[in-house]
Amino acid sequence: MASETNPKQVSYCGVCSLPPEYCEFGGTVKKCEDWLKEHQPALHKKLYSQETIEQNLSALSIDAQKRAEKDAQKKAAKAAASEAKEAETRATSKILIKRIERNKRKYVTAVQGLEAFGLDNKKVAKDFGKKFATGSSVTKVPGGGEEITVQGDLSDDICDYLVETYKDIPEDNVDCIEEKKKKPTPAIG
Amino acid sequence: MFKKDITPGAKSKVKSSTQRGIRAKVLEEYPLLEPHIEAILPKKEQLDVIKLPDRVALYTLGTTPLFFQHMDDAIMPHLTVVHRYPDAFHRLRIDRGAIRFVLSGASLMVPGLTSAGGRLPDDDEDEEERYGEDELEAGTVVVIEAEGKETACMVGVLKMGTAEMKKVKKGQACEAGHYLGDGLWGLSLG
Ligand SMILES: [Zn+2]
Repeated sequence: MASETNPKQVSYCGVCSLPPEYCEFGGTVKKCEDWLKEHQPALHKKLYSQETIEQNLSALSIDAQKRAEKDAQKKAAKAAASEAKEAETRATSKILIKRIERNKRKYVTAVQGLEAFGLDNKKVAKDFGKKFATGSSVTKVPGGGEEITVQGDLSDDICDYLVETYKDIPEDNVDCIEEKKKKPTPAIG
Repeated sequence: MFKKDITPGAKSKVKSSTQRGIRAKVLEEYPLLEPHIEAILPKKEQLDVIKLPDRVALYTLGTTPLFFQHMDDAIMPHLTVVHRYPDAFHRLRIDRGAIRFVLSGASLMVPGLTSAGGRLPDDDEDEEERYGEDELEAGTVVVIEAEGKETACMVGVLKMGTAEMKKVKKGQACEAGHYLGDGLWGLSLG
């Protein structure tokens, strides 16, 4: 076992994250192949050549081939289904931006519902803090879930920022509302 | 070990004395990493430790995962480390048919290694001695490569010695480890 001096460079698939030679075992082969063709044409040529495909097939018995194929189809169907489901949640999910009055003329802005779009509240909270140079943190919501609380009245800015930064968020799915301080119930008299 | 998606726990800095200890443990387990250890675990850079479920500690440098360890078990390399330094580890090879099982988190079974497409140490088919000459004992950390592939797909601990595998040709070969696409692989450290 001679030791090479330099680390080997291994590239990973931009779709499924595995080394491209393993893409064939995931449920997104078609997408993986397109990605590789665009980003690493040389490797694509090697991995998806007729020769490689035949070699791969000859390594398995006919029976095992059939089982593997069935398995691959199942995986692809599963991947497609979960993608469709994700797209649907995205289409129907709403992001809620609330302007909340804390004291007279002092506001905080609360943002809910980013998870449905595959975003990590903690990371986005950090980004808000940097982008708007203000305090921004993740807080738990009574009844479960989280929201991002940003110091200041930033509803419109946050709405614009989200729609511009994340292409997956349609503008129609972002609602801005104002939460007025609860007025004391007027006494009946 | 990481069949499910992982939510990483608290991240903390590793004390410099502990960092030296980790480096020593890594070298003890994988002496062939010696020429690369400064590149992998630079003495002067701060190593972090992230708590993972089931008492697994993951050591990272910035956003790069390096090694993980379950309690006091052997320290094991993340697959990206294996991919960078493939010949610093004991390795075995599974046949093509076994790949999809390993990638779905099933335990690695002996027939996947003893079949024509598989490779164990001191294999007549293995002319370059990629898979070594000496038999490996149960408990050894091994990297699992695959027929027709250049990169490894799993790292695990042998449940059975390789000499015995050749004799009995059945049973479980490896304890559940870390494989391509598992929760550890998918962990986002960014
Ligand atoms: Zn892929």
